[in-house]
Amino acid sequence: MGHQRYLQILGLISAVIAVQLFTYYTDTGHHLTQLTMSAYYSLVIIGLCLLIGYAGQISLGHAGFFAIGGYISAFLTTHNFLPYKDNYFISFLSKSGLLASREDLYGGQILIFHPWAACIAAVLFAVIVAYLIGGPVLKLKGHYLAMATLGFGIIVYKIVLGTEKFGAADGISDVPSFVLLPGVEITGKLPVRIMNYYVAWVIVIICMIILLNLINSRIGRALRSIHGAEDASNAMGVNTAKYKLNTFVLSAAFASVAGVFLTHYNGGIGPSEASVMKSVRYVAIVAVGGMANLWGALIMGVLLNFLSLRGYFGTYDDAVFGGILILIMLFAPEGLLRIDLFRSLKGMFLKISDSKEKT
Amino acid sequence: MNIELFFQYIVAGITYGAIYSIVAIGFNIIYNTTGIINFAQGEFVMIGGMTAVTLHSFFPLPYAILLAVIITMIAGALIEIIFIRWLVNPSVLRMIIITIGISILLREAALYIWGEKVRGLPYFTGTSVSSLSIGGVHVSPQVLWVIGISAVIVVALNLFFSYTMPGRQMRACASNRDAARLCGVSASNMITLSFVLSAGIGALAGCVVSPITYVQYESGTGLAIKGFTVAILGGLGNSMAAVAAGLILGILESLSIWVMPTAYKDVISISILLLMLFVKPSGLFGSKEAASLKEF
Amino acid sequence: MKIARFFVLAVFLIIALAAAPVPAADTIKVGAILGVTGPASFLGAPEAKTLEMLVEDINKKGGVKGRKIELIIKDSGASPEKAISFAKQLIEEEKVFAIIGPSTSGETMKIKGIAEEGKTILLSCAAAEVIVNPVAKYVFKTPQMDKHAVIKIFEQMKKMGISKIGVLSSNTGFGKAGKEQIEKLAPEHGITILVNEVYDKAASDLTAEVTKLKAGNVQALINWSIEPAQSIVIKNAKQIGLDVPIFQSHGFGNIQYVQAAGPAADGVIFPAGRLLVAETLPKNHPQKALLAKYKKDYETKFKEDVSTFGGHAYDALMILVKAIEKAGTDKEKVRGAIETMKGFVGTGGVFNFSPEDHNGLAMDSFEMLTVKDGKFAVLTAAGAMKTEIAPKKKK
Repeated sequence: MGHQRYLQILGLISAVIAVQLFTYYTDTGHHLTQLTMSAYYSLVIIGLCLLIGYAGQISLGHAGFFAIGGYISAFLTTHNFLPYKDNYFISFLSKSGLLASREDLYGGQILIFHPWAACIAAVLFAVIVAYLIGGPVLKLKGHYLAMATLGFGIIVYKIVLGTEKFGAADGISDVPSFVLLPGVEITGKLPVRIMNYYVAWVIVIICMIILLNLINSRIGRALRSIHGAEDASNAMGVNTAKYKLNTFVLSAAFASVAGVFLTHYNGGIGPSEASVMKSVRYVAIVAVGGMANLWGALIMGVLLNFLSLRGYFGTYDDAVFGGILILIMLFAPEGLLRIDLFRSLKGMFLKISDSKEKT
Repeated sequence: MNIELFFQYIVAGITYGAIYSIVAIGFNIIYNTTGIINFAQGEFVMIGGMTAVTLHSFFPLPYAILLAVIITMIAGALIEIIFIRWLVNPSVLRMIIITIGISILLREAALYIWGEKVRGLPYFTGTSVSSLSIGGVHVSPQVLWVIGISAVIVVALNLFFSYTMPGRQMRACASNRDAARLCGVSASNMITLSFVLSAGIGALAGCVVSPITYVQYESGTGLAIKGFTVAILGGLGNSMAAVAAGLILGILESLSIWVMPTAYKDVISISILLLMLFVKPSGLFGSKEAASLKEF
Repeated sequence: MKIARFFVLAVFLIIALAAAPVPAADTIKVGAILGVTGPASFLGAPEAKTLEMLVEDINKKGGVKGRKIELIIKDSGASPEKAISFAKQLIEEEKVFAIIGPSTSGETMKIKGIAEEGKTILLSCAAAEVIVNPVAKYVFKTPQMDKHAVIKIFEQMKKMGISKIGVLSSNTGFGKAGKEQIEKLAPEHGITILVNEVYDKAASDLTAEVTKLKAGNVQALINWSIEPAQSIVIKNAKQIGLDVPIFQSHGFGNIQYVQAAGPAADGVIFPAGRLLVAETLPKNHPQKALLAKYKKDYETKFKEDVSTFGGHAYDALMILVKAIEKAGTDKEKVRGAIETMKGFVGTGGVFNFSPEDHNGLAMDSFEMLTVKDGKFAVLTAAGAMKTEIAPKKKK
C-alpha cells in the first residue's frame, strides 16, 4: 500500500515537471498562470474531499475559509499601521520584526505586516473560527448541516462585502508579493512565473502527501467508519466528534492557506471569492472527482478550474458547474472515474416508463 | 424615537416577514412529503414572477398570474419527473447537491430567456405611491395583499392536508413512506404532487411580492436563503410556524436597522439561524421528539 | 501511475488544442473583459452588446485603416480572479492591441498593474476615481467622475436651500464609490449628513431604511446604487410619507427603473450623461447627432432601451478607433494619441485627455435630469421649484 502511494506521488511530480517542460518547448508558458491558480484552488478541494468524502460531512461554506485566509492576509499586508505606531502592541510587533515598511500606491511610506506574519495570523484565525463553529455545526446532520455551513459562508460573504476596511464590493488590491525564502516569492509577475508554478505545486504535493498518509492511517480508518455508520463507530470506541472536528479544522486550514497564497499571487482579492457559488463549485468538483477519492478531486480540481479560468465556458461558467453537479449526482454519485452510465440511463428510462404505466 | 416611527419599523418588519414566510411555506410542503429541502424553491418564486410579468403584456393581471402559476406547476412536475422520481433511495447529501444543481440551472436558463433585466408586476391595487395610513403609520396596500395571500395559502393548505384524499395521502407518505405504500398510496406520485404544489405556491409568492421587490434572474437565491432561515426557525415542515417565525425575523431585522448599520442586516438574521440550529434545531415551535423521529 | 498519465494527457491535450496555430489574419485584436453575467450584468451586458454592434458596423465599413477589428469578449462574471486570468491571457497569448473594461472598479484595480506590466492600453468602463488617480501610463477610463456627479447634486441642493441630508447606498462598488465622494465633499459644500446607511444590493424592501431617514428629519435623500433597489427606495419613501426631494446617482439613467417605480419616480432629480435626453437636446448640441444615432441603432438591434452603461463601452472603443486612425497601429503611438486627444465627442460628454487626466471629462458632461410623467427630462429651474414645493402642499 505504502509503496504504491509513493509511486503515485512520484507520478504527480513527474507530471508537474513534464507539463512545465512541455509548455517551455512549445512556447506556451502562459498556461502556467492558470495552472498555478488552479493548483491553489485544488488545495481547497483536496481538503474538502477529506471532509466530504472520507468523514462524510458536507460543507457549503468552504469559500468562507478561503476568504478568511485571503482577506486577513491581504488586509494586514496593505493596511497602513503607521498611525498606530505609538500603540504599545503595534510597536512591540514592529520591534520583533513582524512589521515591514513599503511604498503605497501614491508613493508614500506605509507600515504593514510582513507577509509571513500576516499569513500565520490569517491561517491561525481561520483555524480558530473553524474550531469554534465546528463543534456545534458538526453535531448537525443532513439538511441542518448543509444549512449551517451555508449560513456560515453567507455570513463571511456579507461581512467582507459590508466592511469598509476590506474594500467592500471592490475587495483589496495592491497586495504585495510574498517572499517565502530569500529568492523565492509568490507574485504574479511575469519573470518569475515558472518559479511560482513550482512553488504552488510543491505546496500541493506536500499537502497531498500529508492527506494520503492521513487517510491510510488509523485516523483515516476511523473517518471512514464515521462515514459508514457513525453510531456504530461511536459504540466501538471511536471518538467521532473529535475526529470530525479535527477533519473540519484541517480542511479549513487548507482552504485558508490556499486563500493566502492565491491572494498574494493575484495581488488582490474580491468578495466573489467568498460567494456561495464558489463553495458550491468546490463541492461540485469533489463530487466529480468521486467523493472519497483524493486523486480524483485533485485532477478534477486542476482541470475544471483551469478550463474555467481560461474562459472556456464563456458565459455558461456557472451553468456548466450546475450541470456537472446534476449529471454526476444523477448518473455517477460515486464519481466520474467509476461511472456506469449505461446502467444509470437504463434505470432512468425503466423508471419513467414504469411510472407511466402505473398512472 | 417616537412611537409612530417605532410602529413604522414594525410595519416594515411585517412586510419583510410576510415575504419571507410566503417563500418558506413552499419549502415545507416538499420537506413534509419527501424529507428533501428543495434548494431550488427560490427559483420557482423567480420563474413565477418572471412568467407573470411576461404574460402580463398579453393578458390582464389575474389571468397572467393564474397562467404563470400553472406554467410553474408544470415546470415543477417536469423537474421532479426528470431529476428525482427515478432515483432509488438517494442519500440526503445527493439530494442536497441535486437540488442545488437544479437551482443553478434554472437561474442560468432564466438569464438566457429573460436577460439580466429587472421586472415587476404592477401593484394589485393603487400605485407605487399609494399607502394606507393607520394612525400615522403607512402601509402599502401590496403588503396587505402579501399577508392576505399568505393567510389564504396557510388555511387552504391545512384544509387540503386534513380533508382531501391526496392531502391525506401526502401526509401518510410524510410520516411513513413504506407503510403508505403498503396501503396503496403511490409515494412517487405524491412526491410529484408536492413539487407541483410547492412550485405553484412559490410562483404565486413570486407574483404577489414582485411589485414590491421586483424579479430578476438572480432574485430567487436571496429569497430562498431567507425562506430557509424562516422555515428552520419555525421548525421544518410547519407552515403555520413558518409564518410566525417569518414575522418575528422580519421585525428583528427591521429593528436591527434602527440600531446598527444596514450592511450587516443579513449577518444578523443568519446568525440567528445558526444559533437556532446549535441550540434547538427543531425550531422555535417544533418539538424535539418530533424532530428526532424524522429521518433526517 | 494511471492517474498521472491521465493528468498529463489531459493537460497536454488542452494546451495542444489551445496552441493550435491560429491563421494570422491582418486584424486589430481588441480584448474586452466584461461582467456579462453575474452581479454586474446590468453593466456588462449592455457594454458587450454595444461593442459587438459597433465592431460589426466598423468592419462592414472596411475596418480601421483598412484593417478589421477582431473583438474578443471575455465574461468575468464580475470576479476579480477571472479578470486577472483573462487580462494575462489577452495580453500574452492573444497579444491584443488594447483591452476594454472591466465593468467594475474592483476588477479594474486588480488588473491595472497587469496592463502596465504588459504595456497594453486599458480603457476601463468603471467609474472609481482611483483608477486614474494616481495616473497609470496605460490606463484610461470613460465613465464620468463620481465626484462631478456629487458636486452637481450638491450645487442643486444649494439652489434649493437644502443642507441636511440622508444618504443611502448599496453594497456594490458603485454604491461604495459614490458614498465615499459624498462623505468627502459634503463639508466643503456646507452639507451635513445626518443618516448614512448601506443596504444589500439584493434588498427586497427598504421601508426600515427610509424610516430611519424620516426619524432623522432629513431635508433631502440621496440614493446611490444601480440595482432595482433604487426604485424600491423611491417607492418606500413615498409610501411612508417621507416628503423630501429625492436625488439619485447617475446610475438612475435607465428608463426601466423609472417604469418600475411608476408614479413614485416623478420628481426624482439626478445627474446623468445626455444619452437619456438625446431627443430634447438643442439641434446644435455637439453630442446630439451621435447620441441619437447610438440610441436608435441600439434600440432597433437589441429591442431594449439603451442605457448609459453601454455608452461607456461605446466611448472606450471609439476613442481607441479614433486614436488608431490618427496614429497608426503602433501601440505606443496610439497610447500617446489618446493621451493628447482633445475635443472627442462621446456619449459621456466631450473628452479632453492630458497626461495628468486619463478620464478627460469635465463637470459639464453631466446634466441634471428629472422624471416627468414617466419620462426623463432636463431639470429646469421651474421643475426644481416644483419638486420642492409640491411635497409641502401635500402636508
